[in-house]
Amino acid sequence: MTDKRERHILITGFGGQGIVMAGDILGRAATLYDHKHATMTQNYGPEARGGACSSQVIISGEEILFPCVEEPEILVCMSQEAYTKNVKSLRPEGTLIWDTDLVRTRKSDMSFKTFHIPATRFAEQLGTKMMANIVMLGFLSAVEPLVHADALKKAVLESVPAATRDNNLRAFTNGREYGQSIIKGTLEQEQAKLQD
Amino acid sequence: MSAKEVKTGIHFINGDEACCEGALAAGCRFFAGYPITPATEVAESMSRRLPEIGGIYIQMEDEIASMAAILGASWGGVKSMTSTSGPGFSLMMENIGLGICTETPCVVCNVQRAGPSTGLPTLVAQGDMMQARWGSHGHYEIIALSPSSPQEMFDFTIRAFNLSEYYRLPVILLADETIGHMTERVVVPPEEEIEIVNRRKPAVSREEYLPYEADPDGIAPMANCGDGYRIHVTGLTHDERGYPAMDAKAQEKMVTRLVDKIRNNRDKIISTKNLFLDDAEVVVVSYGISARSSMQAVQDARREGIKAGLIKLDTVWPFPEDLIRAVAASSKTMIMAEINGGQMVLELERAACGACPVRLVSNYGGAILHPGLILSSIAKAAKGKL
Repeated sequence: MTDKRERHILITGFGGQGIVMAGDILGRAATLYDHKHATMTQNYGPEARGGACSSQVIISGEEILFPCVEEPEILVCMSQEAYTKNVKSLRPEGTLIWDTDLVRTRKSDMSFKTFHIPATRFAEQLGTKMMANIVMLGFLSAVEPLVHADALKKAVLESVPAATRDNNLRAFTNGREYGQSIIKGTLEQEQAKLQD
Repeated sequence: MSAKEVKTGIHFINGDEACCEGALAAGCRFFAGYPITPATEVAESMSRRLPEIGGIYIQMEDEIASMAAILGASWGGVKSMTSTSGPGFSLMMENIGLGICTETPCVVCNVQRAGPSTGLPTLVAQGDMMQARWGSHGHYEIIALSPSSPQEMFDFTIRAFNLSEYYRLPVILLADETIGHMTERVVVPPEEEIEIVNRRKPAVSREEYLPYEADPDGIAPMANCGDGYRIHVTGLTHDERGYPAMDAKAQEKMVTRLVDKIRNNRDKIISTKNLFLDDAEVVVVSYGISARSSMQAVQDARREGIKAGLIKLDTVWPFPEDLIRAVAASSKTMIMAEINGGQMVLELERAACGACPVRLVSNYGGAILHPGLILSSIAKAAKGKL
């Protein structure tokens, strides 16, 4: 049976973090390897780097007509600005995911399903914070399995420069294992940084 | 491994990239342009792909020169294109007219963003519909296609080349920011399944050939520079030899042919996708990204028991006035959904010719139309409210 329900995901941060690339990899995995329908649209300003940036992904068993994610069920925040701007749009039963070091959340956010990972720190430990988006995708694949992990892994490998494949795979695996440990309860999540 | 001209297979690419792949599959081997959001990825893809397959990519100093360069390349015998957005499209207008007057096959892709002027560079609009139709001076006919998905960016770019080669004029691909930047599945068929049309070549001897002497269907066979035929190419009103002819009689003859070669073939050129027209009482007409919102609204209306239908304009120019006239006669209301202050709605009103009321659902750009907005207009129209 085909999955008729549309899954709405919003990935947010600032230009240069690979936000659009993360959305592209997710949509690519769903389309090319899970054989579903997916659309990825993006929002960004005229600046090349540093401006607010988001990528909207819809995954569905059927053709998607309206490609905008207005009320995401999964919101990924890679910057404080992106969190502040977008958290209001998250559905009440939705999942909020963020970078532990980059976002201060509020106590009231605990009404959502919440997960966070120091994705940028993990990426820096592997040599470059450029891979924070891939760490985040690995984490996402563990806490909210939207597509098959293998599909996502294939899409990651296809999307990064050949010389960086091994390192990106490590980034993905680190994120995924961290997520799996939290889900299984074998690892306690770090303390989230709160605004209040 | 040598690079492929046709990348047969399933891809996850954006509309701009799909446009590039469609152009290459159609046989385009020359691109001249100036990067501009949201059409930059067309140029970027071309700059990567063309050198791989023996084509030429030139980044020009501006869009005036870009348009001139692709006209020149076409006369050199190479299929050529450029891509741009609003500000660049404005600059191309004069030379688009030169292409029409000299009957030069080429493709101009305009990925529309919100204007006027610099406007909203990264945000969607469909405000250049009338500019595409009438933006260059003088009287002429144009062909413009409006894709609603990255797949249609691929398919319609091929069709744009085929139409430009057959009817000998610049064909406009009127895309929009959302379609250009949206990433989705694009299926590229095997090369042998792609229909390619090439310009008609002279069938007479070099001595007999006149570059603007048309066949009975109004289309003149085209000799490229270097083929050995005598040609003369000018933007001045010209006779069959291509030589300037400065009087009303020559003007009447030349423009009549430029206009009639499109008008008389409009049934072959016009393409629409029609949904639920058999019993529709309220018919939405739309194109580009707005057609997707409209399709959602029409499906939602049907679920609510409203007899709604959709005409999606694959070709926006020539406008399908015969179809609209027939549908208007049996409709309660027709609705145009578009992202501008109301441009194609004027054509809809003209073609409906009072047979039914016509409404407009629109905004001035920056965001795509919400299906809910179109649905509420459909619902009101179904209840007979204006």
